[in-house]
Amino acid sequence: MPIKEDHTITADTFLSGIWKENPVFVMLLGMCPVLAVTNSVINALAMGLATTFVLLCSSALISMLRNFIPKEVRIATYIVIIATFVTITDYVIQAISLELYNALGAFIQLIVVNCMILGRAEAYASKNRFLKTMTNSLGMGIGFTIALLSLGSVRELLGNGSLLGYSLFGDAFQPWVVMVLPPGGFIVLGAWLLLFNWLKERKENLSLANERGTS
Amino acid sequence: MTESDATESIAIKRASSLSMIVTLGGVAMLSGLLVVLTWQLTLAPIQENQRIMIEKAIFQVVSDATQRRTYILTDEGIEDVSSMQKNQKQQKLKKAGIKFYAAYDEQGQLKGIAAEAAAQGYADMVRLLYGYDPQCQCIRGFSVIKMTETPGLGDKILTDEIFLASFDALDARLSADKKTLKNAIVTVKHGSKKNPWEIDAISGATITSKAVGKAINQGAAQLLPKLSPFLQQLQQLEPSINAPEHAEAKK
Repeated sequence: MPIKEDHTITADTFLSGIWKENPVFVMLLGMCPVLAVTNSVINALAMGLATTFVLLCSSALISMLRNFIPKEVRIATYIVIIATFVTITDYVIQAISLELYNALGAFIQLIVVNCMILGRAEAYASKNRFLKTMTNSLGMGIGFTIALLSLGSVRELLGNGSLLGYSLFGDAFQPWVVMVLPPGGFIVLGAWLLLFNWLKERKENLSLANERGTS
Repeated sequence: MTESDATESIAIKRASSLSMIVTLGGVAMLSGLLVVLTWQLTLAPIQENQRIMIEKAIFQVVSDATQRRTYILTDEGIEDVSSMQKNQKQQKLKKAGIKFYAAYDEQGQLKGIAAEAAAQGYADMVRLLYGYDPQCQCIRGFSVIKMTETPGLGDKILTDEIFLASFDALDARLSADKKTLKNAIVTVKHGSKKNPWEIDAISGATITSKAVGKAINQGAAQLLPKLSPFLQQLQQLEPSINAPEHAEAKK
């Protein structure tokens, strides 16, 4: 007998992807697009939305089919489903803007192997009901997009002196070119991770101190 | 293990392999359906986007042009393929043809020739479109169709003023026998440009600068000598087919 499914949808089902289990800042999944296409806000946003779309569609289909997919071929099935939605996204982005498509380069196709999406399919969509899966996937997608945006905005601001293409500092600003290059991605990611871990540790220490104080 | 147990386990195995095939087959069919559907729906807007992009690039490299025609140059001559379907164009191109665009102004007067060229850059191929002015026999400019050069370094080829000044009138005269370029177009070290056929490289983006020079040199050396006998023929747009191409594409 399979383990009894827990169907209750709580706020945590949605919020875990944004904060507690954020795919980028906590689980460190899908690092390849995170580092590669976050050199501007618009690229980060497009990549985040594209990934969210693929995540939502594939999770929906996998969740609906979860009782029919034999265990032995589940990974193959997931990959086919994910690849389908990636191809659809690929065409749609080309139809919206070729410039954006060229800027994102190969990373659209590489969403297929984004481990966050496969991870969601394996760990969540294959075990949970449709609505619960969708709630969780939406949270994860938003969390991923927020993470990309927080990297993209810092990198564009420092590396180009602009946000969303609008110049902010005027001509006197010397752009910090390294920020839009690959090393800048690592530096900014490291800085964000440091900040989040520091916040987490501080919170834990505070609650620990409170417990001691009350007992 | 009893006999009945053995047959039972085989039966389970068979059933599951059938269900595996059914699942994978079903999912693959569903996928195929979805992909083809999307492809059909997005085909028209994608082609329209590509046309706009090419047109923008042509009018950028050939100033004052307002309309363009697509030609294919083969050993037999030149042929206007503007109104042809894409697969027909590709068939023509297979016969060792070179595609180029002729750009005209409002009066149908030839303003320049634009053609694609490509060379290996720092990260990947740099694909560009260059504009040739038959009047001065020179390259007037280029526009990047696709590149993945380092932002902030390689993509300076779009903004660096000294580098772009080389393209005000980059010499592309033909040799006396009209078989080759008189002087090969080369990218030289930053600040050492002396002749009109040299391109001043950007310091810090030498490889990308060289790729631009190499692409234009290869493209021009291939196209221009073959094209020169037909330039007269292209001079004036025939009034009977004066309708701009985008009007046809919209139909």
